[in-house]
Amino acid sequence: MAEGKIEWTRKHLLGLRELSREEIELILDTAKSFAEVNKRSIKKTPVLRGKVVVNMFFEDSTRTRNSFTLASRRLSADVIEFTKKSSALSKGETLLDTARNLEAMGVDLVVIRHNAGGTPKLLSRSIDACVVNAGDGFHEHPTQALLDVYTIREKFGSLDGLKIGIVGDIANSRVARSNVYAMTKLGAEVTLIGPPTLMPPIGDLPVKVSNSFDDVIESLDVVNMLRVQFERLSSNPFPSKREYTRLFGLTEQRMKRAKDNIAVMHPGPMNRGMEIESSVADGANSLILKQVTNGIAVRMAVLFLVSRAPE
Amino acid sequence: MGNKINTNELLIKNGRVIDPLNEIDSVCDVLIEAGKICEVGKPHKELPEEKVIDASGKIVCPGFIDMHVHFREPGDEEEETIRSGSHAAVAGGYTSVVCMPNTDPTIQDETSIEFVHRMGRQTRKTHVYAMGALTKDRKGVELSEMGLMAGAGAVGFTDDGTGLQDASVMRKALKYASMFGLVVSQHCQDNSLAGNGVINAGFNSTLLGLPGMSPLAEELMLWRDIQLNKSIKTKYHAQHISTKGSVDIIRRAKQEGIPVTCEVTPHHLLLNEQTVAEYDTNYKMNPPLRTEEDIAALKEAVKEGVIDALITDHAPHLQSEKELEFLYAPFGIIGLESALPLFEKALIEDGIIEWSELIAMLTCRPAEILGINDTKGSFTKGKWGDVTIFDPEEKWQIDVNKFISKARNCPFHGWNVKGRVSCTIVGGEVRYSSERN
Repeated sequence: MAEGKIEWTRKHLLGLRELSREEIELILDTAKSFAEVNKRSIKKTPVLRGKVVVNMFFEDSTRTRNSFTLASRRLSADVIEFTKKSSALSKGETLLDTARNLEAMGVDLVVIRHNAGGTPKLLSRSIDACVVNAGDGFHEHPTQALLDVYTIREKFGSLDGLKIGIVGDIANSRVARSNVYAMTKLGAEVTLIGPPTLMPPIGDLPVKVSNSFDDVIESLDVVNMLRVQFERLSSNPFPSKREYTRLFGLTEQRMKRAKDNIAVMHPGPMNRGMEIESSVADGANSLILKQVTNGIAVRMAVLFLVSRAPE
Repeated sequence: MGNKINTNELLIKNGRVIDPLNEIDSVCDVLIEAGKICEVGKPHKELPEEKVIDASGKIVCPGFIDMHVHFREPGDEEEETIRSGSHAAVAGGYTSVVCMPNTDPTIQDETSIEFVHRMGRQTRKTHVYAMGALTKDRKGVELSEMGLMAGAGAVGFTDDGTGLQDASVMRKALKYASMFGLVVSQHCQDNSLAGNGVINAGFNSTLLGLPGMSPLAEELMLWRDIQLNKSIKTKYHAQHISTKGSVDIIRRAKQEGIPVTCEVTPHHLLLNEQTVAEYDTNYKMNPPLRTEEDIAALKEAVKEGVIDALITDHAPHLQSEKELEFLYAPFGIIGLESALPLFEKALIEDGIIEWSELIAMLTCRPAEILGINDTKGSFTKGKWGDVTIFDPEEKWQIDVNKFISKARNCPFHGWNVKGRVSCTIVGGEVRYSSERN
């Protein structure tokens, strides 16, 4: 497929922290060729024909699950949808039991979304199938970040030297973590923006931190607005929604101070009117729907690459 | 504790006898008569061969005491029983263990204390003691029947597994317990700060995407309890401390003369938070594994004598439970059969302390905290003939599949270690011998 400079060797995609710049670029380049497939009238390619993909979603998801399903089908794979509300414990069966059962049915690839960080890794150690992380707790969401950087690259040609702001609930966001790894490896300068109560210890991550959106908005080429994950907040880390919007919302007023060609992104689903004003989300600078479109090509690339990795 | 009277004699010859309480550290003999220590030195008495153990090249010391184990009985016998746990204990050189009360049902009345004792006696391996719950159902609201449990032989009180959250209840508990002279033992953890944390809070929890448990959750409750105990001055013991801050708090309290003792596990001396990187649930414990800085502080505290007791916090779990997602797997690891060489690795190999100091933290010091020093913890004449004999130089590899415990949840599998128990004697009877097993 793509003219990658390097060979892909990973059987699993568990996160972006361990990936090199070259590996990330290989995925993006591969995705580019799959994007062409998606423009055809018959959007199918036979590269995964005869393979079985199972979508194991232990957490609610519409966008990511459908995106993976479509990606698998466009690669001609058979897809099993598996959904379960919470931990597999609820029926007394462990996650590993479930996975081993699916494997006994001849599954080749497992796409897993789980509310506990590290679960894809646990799975990858225990079964022979390829494992793709579709979001684990607040650890990583690699395909989301890949589609984000794909979309940015599409607009700007390269991430080198771009100033990117990631705004909001950094502490509870797997998207933010994967974004940081992907964006910085591709040469962008990343600033994490949010209240201290939503900022985790950042150790030696090559990022800046700001508690003032207004201080940095003017300098940004890209702003990635995160969803405030009310379902994960055990106690309120900020006093009210209106105060949050005033301080960290991407409002039209704040947009007036931004660069003209600033790219506005959001991994969805959005709390409209809270972290982002509707008119901005749907405005000229928004790449939000583009992200969704690109997600399919990126996920096709990931499924293709891991399935071809040497044993 | 109720072993049948043993009129036999036993002579342990030529070992390096270390009895920290009596400041003995020399090559000599130990003579046991009728289950009790009779003489340490060079007994004139000659005994037939079958009553003599040659301990040449080995260390002979009072039997180890682990003041913090979980044997899961009653309630979770599939994980461990008092019987299986007792077998594991003597294999690790332990002649006395103290069961924590967080069983199901909770150990919180005379009957359950007596039950634990009875099961221990019937097993005829190690002495089995129990602590009773500090509050009813370990809920932290109403005091448990401490007096009745004391009468039944409880050696202390704790809500272990959880910290007693309410300060006023804790103050009451300390005051009430002071009547009985028994230790109040606390799992220091302020739940409002610990939240749903499963590993140490910090950059590592950012990277792994797992909720963190702040060191302050431990330190805040420890500091609170010490302040509460300032005027009450009852025996207060901080369980499995794990942070530099805790060490500082205890050091200061001891300097001020506030009664406080504490304990530390081998895993908190040997493993740091980075070991969790692979999401292996054998590294999931409470308190969580901390940083290298914390480990250094704990070792320094051992050296200074700020740490009173070495414990295992032996916490057996089913393999199927430990196979769960990191977030959902239970906390805890087992430790009785691997404790000695791990303490050796953490404290002797590193040159932190000498054997006599290490042995003191496994014998006379816990005996004193538990108030069982009238019968246990030293070779003073007339004490129980509880003896641990080990080869400090024997090299071996930890293999969880060879453990006697029912459980296998241990992160030290495959470690190459030094120091191995060869013989455990309880009340003058050989209850474990590496040659026999």
